[in-house]
Amino acid sequence: MAIVTVENLRKNYDDFEAVKGISFNIKQGEVFGFLGPNGAGKTSTINMLIGLARPTGGKILIDGIDAVKSIKKVQSIIGIIPDENNLYPEMDGFDNLCFCASLYGMAKKERERKAKELLEQFDLAKAGKRPFKAYSKGMRRKITIAAGLIHNPKILFLDEPTTGIDVESARQIRELLLDLKRQGKTIFITTHYIEEAERICDRIAFIVNGKIVKEGTITELMENVEREHKIKLVLDGNVEKLKEEMEDIFSNCHIEIPAENSCLLISQEPVPLSPILQFLDSKGINVYEAKELKPSLEDVFVKVTGIRASKLVKEKEKVGR
Amino acid sequence: MQKTLIAFGSILKKDIQNYYLKPPNISWGIIFPLSWALMQFISSSGSLEMRQLLPGLMAMSVLFGTTSMLAVTITFERRGRSFDRLLLAPISISTLVMAKLSGAILFGMLNAFIPVFLAAYFIDLTGINWYVVLTAVLLIAVSSALIGLFIAISAKEVFEAQTLSNFFRFPMLFLCGLFIPIEKLPTVLKPISFCLPLTYGTDILKGMITGNAILHTLVSFSVLLTFCVVLFYLCQLNIKRKWIL
Repeated sequence: MAIVTVENLRKNYDDFEAVKGISFNIKQGEVFGFLGPNGAGKTSTINMLIGLARPTGGKILIDGIDAVKSIKKVQSIIGIIPDENNLYPEMDGFDNLCFCASLYGMAKKERERKAKELLEQFDLAKAGKRPFKAYSKGMRRKITIAAGLIHNPKILFLDEPTTGIDVESARQIRELLLDLKRQGKTIFITTHYIEEAERICDRIAFIVNGKIVKEGTITELMENVEREHKIKLVLDGNVEKLKEEMEDIFSNCHIEIPAENSCLLISQEPVPLSPILQFLDSKGINVYEAKELKPSLEDVFVKVTGIRASKLVKEKEKVGR
Repeated sequence: MQKTLIAFGSILKKDIQNYYLKPPNISWGIIFPLSWALMQFISSSGSLEMRQLLPGLMAMSVLFGTTSMLAVTITFERRGRSFDRLLLAPISISTLVMAKLSGAILFGMLNAFIPVFLAAYFIDLTGINWYVVLTAVLLIAVSSALIGLFIAISAKEVFEAQTLSNFFRFPMLFLCGLFIPIEKLPTVLKPISFCLPLTYGTDILKGMITGNAILHTLVSFSVLLTFCVVLFYLCQLNIKRKWIL
C-alpha cells in the first residue's frame, strides 16, 4: 500500500517550471530514490513534500493526509534530513538533539533518553558534549541524520545524505540507511551517487528537467533498457594480433582489448564461450577467467538521460559540498 | 497543546541561551542607551532631571534591545538554514513567531528596567503607576520586536538586517518625541511622527513618569495595540509568502 502518493505535481518559480507534473508513489517500508543532475527538480520536489515549498499544482498524500492542506500534520510523522547540516553551531550534539526532539513535543526525560540512544548508535557518545561547530563534516552529517530520527518518524526524507563527507562516514551512513530499511522504515532519498542508489533503493526515479523520465525497481530499470552482452576474458598473452581473425570467426562479436592480458567480447546476443576458448587454446593462449559484465544502473542512467554519471558528481563538487 | 508548549518553551530557551545572554548583546542593549542619557545630562550642564531622562532611556533600551536582536538572530539562523528546522517542525507559524518574539520582548523589557533600577538609587520614583509603565514597555517591546521580525523577513544577510534596523530605528528615535518634543517638530514631520508606534509608547512613559503626555493614555494604548496586531498580521502574511516559497 502506498504511504506517499504524488500526482501531477508542479512547481513554477515565476516563469520557470522547476517541476513539470510528476507522479509517483512510495510503498510502506520502501526506499525510493530520486536521481538526477543539478537543477533537475529534486530539491523542489522534496521541498514540496516536506512543506518548505508550496506546489503550483498537483496532489500530495502522505500517510493518507493531504500534505498541501495539512502540512503540519504531515510534519509530525516525517523526519527530514536536509542536504546541509543545519543544526545550531554553538550548541553541543546532545543539546541539539534534545532541542530537535522538543520541536516535536517530546517530554524532557524521553528526549534525553532518545538523544543518548542515538549518540550511542551513531558512535558519537564521546562527542556528545562538544559544540556542533567543532565536529568534523562526517560527524556533523551523522548528527544531522540523528536529529531527523529523534522523533521516530514513519517516513524519512533525505536530501543528498552522503555528499561532501569522507569515505568512512559515507559508508557508515549507508549502513545505517540499510539498517533503517531492514527495520521497515519508509525512506525517500535524493542522491547523485548512482551506486549508492543502486545499493540502498528498492525503486528509483530518474528526474531530468523537472520530469520523471524513468521509474521502477532496479531489475525493471535494467530489463527495460536494451542491453549488450559483455564478456571479459583474462588471458596469459596479448590477443591484439588475433583481433581481426577472431572478429572474422565470431562475426556476431566485437572485440576490444582494454589491457594487455585481457579482452572484451561485446555482442547483441548471448556469446557461446566454448568455441572462443577452443580458438584461444589452439593459439596457445590460456584463459584464466571469463566474466560476464552486467550493465550497471549507471549504464541505464546514461542511456535514459544522456547524462554521464561522472558529470553528476562533478556538478555537486563544483558547488562546494 | 502540551506539545506546542514544549516546542514554544524550547525555542524561547534556546534563543535566550544562544543569543540574548551573550555579553556583546547585553552590553549593546544597555551601554548605548546609558551613553545617550549621560550625553544628554552633560549637554544640559546638569539642569536636566534624571526623571525627565528616564522615559527616553527606557524607550531606547527597549527599541535597541529588540529590533536588531530579532532581525539579526533570525537572519543568522536563516543563513545557516537552522531556521528551516523551525519551519519544518509540526508547530504553527504563529507559535513559531510568538516564540521568536518572546525572547526579544523579554530581553527588551529587561533592558528597559535596568535604567529604572539604577535611577532608583538616586531619585525618588514613588507615585509612578508601574502597572501602566510595565504594560507600555511590553507594548513597545512587542511592536519593536515585530518591526525586527518584519526586517528579518526582508533581509537575506546579517549586515542587511543591521542596516535595515538602523533605517527604521534612527528616524523613529528622532521623530517620536524623545529628542525633540513633537509639538516643536516641523509641520511636515508631525504626521510622520504619529505614524510611529514608538511615539505612543514614549508618550505613555512620559505621562506616567514626568506627567508630560500629549495624548490620553488610553488613546496611546489603543493605537499601540493596533500597531502590534497589524504588524503581527503583516509579518505572518510575509512569512508565508517569503519563507515558504
